[in-house]
Amino acid sequence: MDFLGQVLAWYTDPANWTGNNAIQLRLWQHLSLSVASLGVGLAIALPIGLYIGHTGRGARAAVAVSNIGRAVPSLGWLGIAYPISTGLFHRGGIGFLPAFIGLVALAIPPIVTNTHAGLKEVDPELREAARGMGMRELQILLRVEVPVALTVILAGVRVSAVAVIATAPLAALVGGGTLGAYILQGLALADEVRVFAAAVMVAVLAVVTELAFAWLQRRAVSPGLAAPVDTGASGAAAVPAL
Amino acid sequence: MTEGQPFFQLDWVLDNLDTLAQRIGEHMLVTVIAVVAGFVISFGLALAVRRYPRLYGPILAVSGVLYAVPSIALFVLFIPITGLSLLTAEIALVSYTLVILVRNIVTGLRGVPADVIEAARGMGYTDRQRLWRVELPIALPIIVAGVRIATVTTIGLVTIATLIGMGGLGYLIVNIGVQQRFPTATITGVAVVVLLSTIVDLGLLAVQRRLTPWAKARGG
Repeated sequence: MDFLGQVLAWYTDPANWTGNNAIQLRLWQHLSLSVASLGVGLAIALPIGLYIGHTGRGARAAVAVSNIGRAVPSLGWLGIAYPISTGLFHRGGIGFLPAFIGLVALAIPPIVTNTHAGLKEVDPELREAARGMGMRELQILLRVEVPVALTVILAGVRVSAVAVIATAPLAALVGGGTLGAYILQGLALADEVRVFAAAVMVAVLAVVTELAFAWLQRRAVSPGLAAPVDTGASGAAAVPAL
Repeated sequence: MTEGQPFFQLDWVLDNLDTLAQRIGEHMLVTVIAVVAGFVISFGLALAVRRYPRLYGPILAVSGVLYAVPSIALFVLFIPITGLSLLTAEIALVSYTLVILVRNIVTGLRGVPADVIEAARGMGYTDRQRLWRVELPIALPIIVAGVRIATVTTIGLVTIATLIGMGGLGYLIVNIGVQQRFPTATITGVAVVVLLSTIVDLGLLAVQRRLTPWAKARGG
């Protein structure tokens, strides 16, 4: 119990709430990095997934790419992003940028896979009916296909969001701060209290993200589709590579 | 990356094949221990569920929560108890395999058709004989599918174990590649991880096909 007492004392120590290693600063770095990465990941992955799902073009290539993508460990994305960011921007590759590039790459595959899978499962007769009603392709996509596939699409976003929040601590390795900074400091200083306190915060963040997206997923389903659909946390992203 | 240094130096890889082999060895050792230990525990839990079906919900819930804890956090959460040791890494890795393996073993056993079980009973098989000679062979493809997912997942996760001093391919990615600013090591490490995952996955698939020749005939 003494150890947990020390952990509590760490959280409440005013010294940990001031300066350039303050808890609120690390939290802000963690959340801003995660939100930015997920946002840009969405902006890239969603159009790709929608295009592939609607037209059926490039499906094989996309599946192959995201399978390889999923085999790359999260640490690998940050490691690879590091020299890329140095090469592209000649900025020494330290800080926000390499972590950001790595997390965006991590966020893309589950969203592409699930968006594509969700659209593919839409009943072709719905599409035909919409076409018969004189809808244009874009209208069919936005008013018929996306609402029907929304649960599966959001399941992919949820997998990405949790992966990004959970991997953001590794940004500390490339000087990107986040709560991972405490873990690396703690490991270097053999300060188990600091490591443990930070790990608990990371775990809580991930669980809260998971629950928030689960809630969003339930809320976002069109009432007309409220019949029981498989909304499993994994969705199509649980399909093993290969 | 220092100025003017090429992105990838093949010479370095060729000059360090022995280091590479050593890191692959470390990586696979940690992986195999985790998957074997995870399988033994999961098999025991699945047999308990076979006898007492009510246990399934609570077991899935607990292993599901463990699975949701971010890997970086799980790798360091046990340091206060077990220190910077292989045990700490294995506790985290085994935890992640449980939800995958228990679910697949139980699903496999439950998928055995009721008339097949009746037939075995009618032939006078004891409970144990029925398990080993009828149910497990039928469940094998689903069980191996679980082992494949667990193994590929573990190979990826072991890269993080370098943070608590366990070496492996994560050492190339982080300790040499990132910390010494040498992208060649990072790229090599990631490529070998992807390659290892693919080879092991296909290898396990081949093993499963050999063990269940009848499944192929039915298009399984």
